Amino acid sequence: MNQDLKNHINESLKKGVRLDGRKKEEYRPIEIKTGVVATAEGSAWVRCGDTEVIAGVKLQVGEPYPDSQDEGTMMVGSELLPLSNPNFESGPPGIDSIEVARVIDRGIREGKAIDTKKLCIRKGELVWTVMIDVMPINHDGNLIDIGGIAALAALKNAKMLEVENDKIVIGKRTDAPLPVEAMPIPVTVLKIGDNLIVDPTDYEEDVLDARLTVSILDDDTLCAMQKGGGASLTTKDINEMVDLAIRKSHEIRKKLKEAL
Amino acid sequence: MSKYTERENGRGFNEPRPIIAKAGVIKKADGSAYFKIGKTAAYAAVYGPREMHPKHDQDPKTGVLRCNYNMMPFSTEERVKPGPSRRSKEISMVTTKAILPVVNLVDYPNAVVDVFIELTETDAGSRCAGICAASIALADAGITMRDMVAAVSCGVIDHKIAVDLDGPEEHLHDLDVADIPIAMVPSTEEITLLQMDGKVSKDELFKAIESVKPVLKHIADIQRKALKDRYK
Amino acid sequence: MTEGKLLVKEKDVVVPGEVLASGMSYLPGNGTYRLNDNIMANRLGLLVIDGKVLKSLPLAGRYLPRKYDVIIGKVIDILMSGWRLEINSPYSAVLPLKDASFAYIPKGADLTRYFELEDYAVVKITNVTSQNLVDVTCKGPGLHKIKGGRIIYVNTNKVPRIIGKKGSMVSMIKRATDCKVIVGQNGIAWISGEPEMEVITVNAIKMIEEHSHISGLTDKIKEYLEKATGRKIEFNAEPAEIGEEVRAEETVEADSNGSGHEY
Repeated sequence: MNQDLKNHINESLKKGVRLDGRKKEEYRPIEIKTGVVATAEGSAWVRCGDTEVIAGVKLQVGEPYPDSQDEGTMMVGSELLPLSNPNFESGPPGIDSIEVARVIDRGIREGKAIDTKKLCIRKGELVWTVMIDVMPINHDGNLIDIGGIAALAALKNAKMLEVENDKIVIGKRTDAPLPVEAMPIPVTVLKIGDNLIVDPTDYEEDVLDARLTVSILDDDTLCAMQKGGGASLTTKDINEMVDLAIRKSHEIRKKLKEAL
Repeated sequence: MSKYTERENGRGFNEPRPIIAKAGVIKKADGSAYFKIGKTAAYAAVYGPREMHPKHDQDPKTGVLRCNYNMMPFSTEERVKPGPSRRSKEISMVTTKAILPVVNLVDYPNAVVDVFIELTETDAGSRCAGICAASIALADAGITMRDMVAAVSCGVIDHKIAVDLDGPEEHLHDLDVADIPIAMVPSTEEITLLQMDGKVSKDELFKAIESVKPVLKHIADIQRKALKDRYK
Repeated sequence: MTEGKLLVKEKDVVVPGEVLASGMSYLPGNGTYRLNDNIMANRLGLLVIDGKVLKSLPLAGRYLPRKYDVIIGKVIDILMSGWRLEINSPYSAVLPLKDASFAYIPKGADLTRYFELEDYAVVKITNVTSQNLVDVTCKGPGLHKIKGGRIIYVNTNKVPRIIGKKGSMVSMIKRATDCKVIVGQNGIAWISGEPEMEVITVNAIKMIEEHSHISGLTDKIKEYLEKATGRKIEFNAEPAEIGEEVRAEETVEADSNGSGHEY
């Protein structure tokens, strides 16, 4: 990144103005729709500024893991689709895709968003697997947060499938919802120079020094974190970033509740 | 006489499913489109003309069109494993060839025009929806093209022509079902995509082609309207 | 021969494969072609009727380098004897040593002293070959390395409307916001000023980009600028006619203070 341009962004941020005119702690307007994909057990579409994401939930049945015989399993997948941004290339998922998927996954998993005990069909033999895929249609930054919100909305929207002779009946959805018990909201805070901002555009992500994603439950418990970027963080930084993330999680949780 | 006297979905035999088309839906792309027919929905984004990588694929005489068709994991009832498959590679190739006859990239030697097609949900006819979306996206990107390319699949169910099969029709068990995806340049009626699986007589094939021609012209009108609506 | 019939109006948005006129009395121009008895559009554009000739002026499409265009480029590679610049086009440009500075650059000098990777510069195209190899120069009035400020990308087809007649549209924005603005013909623009004013400048440029095909554009932009800045504008921009040739140079010269070479 051009150091001159970076300094310029820094100077503007010091005066409290971002490139698109937002304040440092201001999210772009969020729009959430659920049930947008007929072939998914659950789905959601989320738009935040020019970032637009579709998340879809598919259910499968299979054997449990040996160390958790009475629990279903889950996994989040994501791909930085070359459709969504000129800088993404075709090919197997790179480390950036993998990080997005794993950070969203960690929040949902460790926040116990899904009660996996309720996804056991027969202990030690047959359990549900929840596959959540998060796909950007349009990528203008903050994919972890927006993708995480879309994943939660899709989970809330999901319906169970019928099972016959230990096999799922393709396309036969029941009225039973997926056992979603908690909503761990991921919030990413960026550090650029001495400034902390939320909901970055991809231009802002290009110049970040460090970032911290914190997944937060409704009682403000933290359930997953990821520090990114090349620069280090002081304890004071982390303190401020977590505080900011918690404050923002309240706003987003409210939006999400309204949409569901 | 055909045993298929009435379509299960209540449509007329020459009637496609409802269509929604939009241009300019992806801000970061040079051109983009959304095309939905029934419950089959495709996004397409165009990037380019831009520098071609790998370099050995460059053509010093003209720009190269490169289409990539992909289904999102949740776009079918059985989850699709991410990454290219034999099927998606073949569809990418026939999609490129379906559109190539209308585009003119001679002003862009050595460059590439990338078209990325993503299916968010499918209920049969996904390659045709992809071609329709790609064609709008290319026009939206300002690419020189002498016409749109419109595509739809034509079914022959127990010797009866049925335009734009949906999933349940494609999977009718007790009747013979043939599926013929067709793409056409509307102004000249040139056929640019023709595939088939299933059994038909030569006579039925030509009946099928004639039946989709007016449908394809109708689809092209919808494609053009999507482009104009962007500037309203 | 039947009498020709025009099926569209001046300034209509036309799209590929659309029949613009039937009969033999009209002629195809840029962006249109004849198919049997019809004139058809072969790109998305605004229709211009020039006597009997029908043209479609592009509304979209990437920048194709043209000799003498003043553009903004970004250094993406340092070569043996110059720099490679990304110019928002399918093709990159080369800035040769001899065209980088009025000062003599000795062979083997550390080229990053002049232009570093990711630096931006206002340059002029000196040559374009049939294979679109592009040479540029940084020597000349208004041409210089860019310092500070921010860069945005706009639709290159809308650049004439953003600049306006004799640079009047961009002048209006500059006066209203006190920002420095340079719009390259290739759709890369540079803006520098107070943070809030830069935001207003960007918004105004984006508005022009989005509404370039409508009439009353100047009033719309003026109204926005007055509202956003809280200042009255005593200046009227004249929008460039649709299809009118407007060159980025006109704004660059006004901006450079004749300096530009600061090494």
